[in-house]
Amino acid sequence: MRPFTFTFANDAQAAVQAATQAPAGGSVQYLAGGTTLVDLMKLDVMRPSQLIDITRLASPQLRAIDITPQGLTIGALATMREVADHPGVRRNYPVVAESLWLAASQQIRNMARVGGNVLQRTRCAYFRDTSWPCNKRTPGSGCSALDGENRWHAVLGASDQCIASYPGDWATALIALDATVQILGSGGARSLPFAGLHRPPGNTPHIETTLAPGELITSFVIPAGPYTQRSLYLKVRDRESYEFALASAAVALALDGDSVRQVRIGIGGPVAVPWRAREAEALLVGKPLNESNATAAARAAFAAARPRQHNAFRIPLGQQTLVRALLQAQTMELAA
Amino acid sequence: MSNPVPEVQANMGLSIPRVDALAKVTGTARFASDMPVAHPAYAYLVTSTIARGRITGFDDTAARAVPGVLDILTHLNRPPLQPIKHFVAGGAGLTATPPLAGPEIAHDGQIVAMLLADTFEAAREAAHRLVVRYQRQAPSATFGSPGVVEQRTATVLPERKDPVLGNAEAALRQSAVVHDAEYATPTQHHNPMELFATTAHWMGDELTIYEPSQFVYGLRAGLAGQLGIPPQKIRVVNDFVGGAFGSKGATTQRTALVAVAARKLGRPVKLVATRDQGFTISGHRHETRHRVRIGAGRDGKFTAYHHDQWELNGRADPYVNGGVENAAAMYAFPNVMSTGRMVRADRDPPIFMRSPAEVPVIFALESAVDELAVRLAMDPVELRRLNDTDKNWVSGKRYTSRSLMKCYDAASEAFGWKRRNPQPGSMRDGDWLIGWGCATATYPTQVSPAVARVRWLADGSARVEIAAHDVGTGTYTVIAQIAAETLSIKPEQVSVAMGDSLLPPGPVSGGSVTTASACSAVKLACQQVLARLALPAGATAAQRAAAFEKLQLGAIEETGNFVPATSRSKSTAGLYKGSVDISGGANMAGAGNTMFAFGAEFVEVRVHARTREIRVPRIVGAFAAGRIMNPRTAHSQLMGGMIWGIGSALHEHTEIDKREARYMNDNLAEYLIPVNADIRQVDVILVPEVDNEVNPAGAKGIGELANVGTAAAVANAVFHATGRRIRELPITIDKLIVA
Repeated sequence: MRPFTFTFANDAQAAVQAATQAPAGGSVQYLAGGTTLVDLMKLDVMRPSQLIDITRLASPQLRAIDITPQGLTIGALATMREVADHPGVRRNYPVVAESLWLAASQQIRNMARVGGNVLQRTRCAYFRDTSWPCNKRTPGSGCSALDGENRWHAVLGASDQCIASYPGDWATALIALDATVQILGSGGARSLPFAGLHRPPGNTPHIETTLAPGELITSFVIPAGPYTQRSLYLKVRDRESYEFALASAAVALALDGDSVRQVRIGIGGPVAVPWRAREAEALLVGKPLNESNATAAARAAFAAARPRQHNAFRIPLGQQTLVRALLQAQTMELAA
Repeated sequence: MSNPVPEVQANMGLSIPRVDALAKVTGTARFASDMPVAHPAYAYLVTSTIARGRITGFDDTAARAVPGVLDILTHLNRPPLQPIKHFVAGGAGLTATPPLAGPEIAHDGQIVAMLLADTFEAAREAAHRLVVRYQRQAPSATFGSPGVVEQRTATVLPERKDPVLGNAEAALRQSAVVHDAEYATPTQHHNPMELFATTAHWMGDELTIYEPSQFVYGLRAGLAGQLGIPPQKIRVVNDFVGGAFGSKGATTQRTALVAVAARKLGRPVKLVATRDQGFTISGHRHETRHRVRIGAGRDGKFTAYHHDQWELNGRADPYVNGGVENAAAMYAFPNVMSTGRMVRADRDPPIFMRSPAEVPVIFALESAVDELAVRLAMDPVELRRLNDTDKNWVSGKRYTSRSLMKCYDAASEAFGWKRRNPQPGSMRDGDWLIGWGCATATYPTQVSPAVARVRWLADGSARVEIAAHDVGTGTYTVIAQIAAETLSIKPEQVSVAMGDSLLPPGPVSGGSVTTASACSAVKLACQQVLARLALPAGATAAQRAAAFEKLQLGAIEETGNFVPATSRSKSTAGLYKGSVDISGGANMAGAGNTMFAFGAEFVEVRVHARTREIRVPRIVGAFAAGRIMNPRTAHSQLMGGMIWGIGSALHEHTEIDKREARYMNDNLAEYLIPVNADIRQVDVILVPEVDNEVNPAGAKGIGELANVGTAAAVANAVFHATGRRIRELPITIDKLIVA
């Protein structure tokens, strides 16, 4: 860890102003739960010169969880636990609550804020150890994972420059449900489809999001839909808890009898960025939800997958995970 | 879940809570890095980022510019240190090589520099700013990597004889059924909760070391050798050890570095190595490969056992586990052949890890026995019963006691084994495939010389002093109990001092010898005290008072010297020099018998039919181990062992980048061990057993018993659930998923 300046911001505008006015050559990070940032600072992977603590921002909206007929709004400073335990979220948007509940540990969920959660960095071991070449950490140095220990790496959305996986669970639910992100920058507020927040690695894996310097995520808006109640998050891993996903699926279904009226599918685990499986959705709409249609959809979801030496198993695993999630959602008993 | 405070049955001591329980759960127990020293400097290690090659230079300008930095030790400037003997050669060292011996790099994560600063933060920052330049050579990572060297173990270490009996090759040729398969176990790391910490504090030419150690006398000896000073000038102290599992048994390179740094700076130095550094500075369980053949008649009677083992090692030091002798002794194998081999690669030195030999070797044996039972269409419990034995066939020596089938019967009954449908895949609950499997747990009953001092005061209170160690197992408690029991007083009247090299030497806390050996020495000392007072066992307080009165003494102090008949040295002299002298198990010197503890474990696994997660909803283990000193602490240790065993079956595995021979998942997020959610119902059954031949305490070590065989029981259950036989640990989703 290297020396840095540390300040508290009292309101969001002041935080953005402070971050935008940072001296040239320095790097500014917002600090909320700190569960990723501080970890990576100790490992010398992230070396910010300035931290702005945003946990004291005055606006209650930044921590609010509101459910209206139009949808669900979640302030970026809500903790993972607050959202996971919210009765309305659990009843009307179970995929949202479950994706948070199945992530990390209770201690981390108590600390981590959902705004930071979507920006968590990859767990790629080559990224997290500064002695390895890594295009994400040191652009142009190479990717050690391509021919290394890549059991944990992406088969969807990766590039020849970087196969690091995006580790988050909640983002998988957000992208499935067409969430938008509210952002505050020096030029004012803007909103962005969640699907536009993360950038695929391509040739610039070190640029992970479309946020401009100093921009601050203030809230997430999830539109209401006939499918949000019949939704779930299925996470598959080697141990029961406290592990990142080997495969996961966020699904939301609206059914007409046995037939799929609307469906939303997010894929997690071996993905370079939060992943929406639109091809799979298209195959299911208007058809009965059964084993063979679910399997065809799962195949479509992974049609573009490119495995490396140790992660090919995550293609059939991801497909089976999606099939299981769809069939499980079909039989969910909905709260009245 | 079985009662954590089991009822006291025949030949068991009191089920009292740990005497240190309150201190542990309230945080007042002081571990090595908690020990206060005045005005310490802080050390931070820099470890190599290549596995083979040499250091060509340093750029320390930026590191030295960090405010608060005091010094940087490298091979270019560190004070002189001497090589010591590796512990397989009878010494104390994890490696014979002293730290920062030169520019050569022998493995990933080798210590290449130590930063010293006024604060931990400054030392860490400077460590990150130190530039080390290397000339890299291509390393050999593991089995099958180019450049590894294979050797017959018996050639390198002639005392390591491969067990042989009769003519196994001929017997296998003539056997009606032969099972022949290969098994593999991975690199694992101990990952004790307490990190590898060392504090060094000089007062004049006298050095105090606060360090979690499983052998304070051994560490004292090793460090004295490295520093070139008399061992009497060094005191090693640790009141508590926050988990060890073998990783704190040897003298590692870090201690001498911290000591010379403290001498150079003229102030105490504290080091707490990071979790990832702990993966390369304090040893690991090495990878093994096995080929096992078992021959049997159609009736299931074993005809022959063949077990070849390959053990992966570093290049410098001759570490070896062996252990095939324990597998060969398990059943009535009338013919035995085996070959042990070491494979040398560019890896850090391995060290003992909880049941070092038994975990891999018995995984192979107990998987193979299950596979043979499937071939023979026999119940695996009955196959073991048919081949049970009361003697070690290889040595011809009888077991002092062996309650293996009693354990099977007790555990099988509690588990409901008779309801099992043997057909793989036949038991199912919705989308979950259910599998039931079982396996034998075993651990050699071993002992070490030990010395204990007991002071008994006329008021009835006693103080016991022995440089044994509480690695989290309850040693303080059972020592208080045996003293109380022998002196006919209450356990709370006994105070116990341990973990200090100024005390009489206890045994190394390894090989599961502590309870048997330390308690035997304490019992002897107490008996000597009673003899001085001419008191019978079970004397009343009034008799005691009268006896002290008669001798006109306020206290009596006696030193008990326990020297097992089987010990190599027949003396406690070696203990004072920090030598290890463990005997027992199958390798008994002279006329001894064969001494083992046994258990039987039954496991239910559930494997998801689609996504292949493997979960363990319940496990039942029954164990017989002579006298159980304290059923409560024994229950806890056995339960912890079974949980450890589930981890070895399904989770634990150090990933290695094979191009660079470097560890990748060196943190507790990605090095998986079971979390609470993985552990559901765990039932421990204590099977009463009396064995007064093993040692005066009548106790068999249980610290390394319950995690042996668990991995095979899980693998056997996974086969039963899925029809897939996994012979390489850990058993993970990728090995079961169907493409």
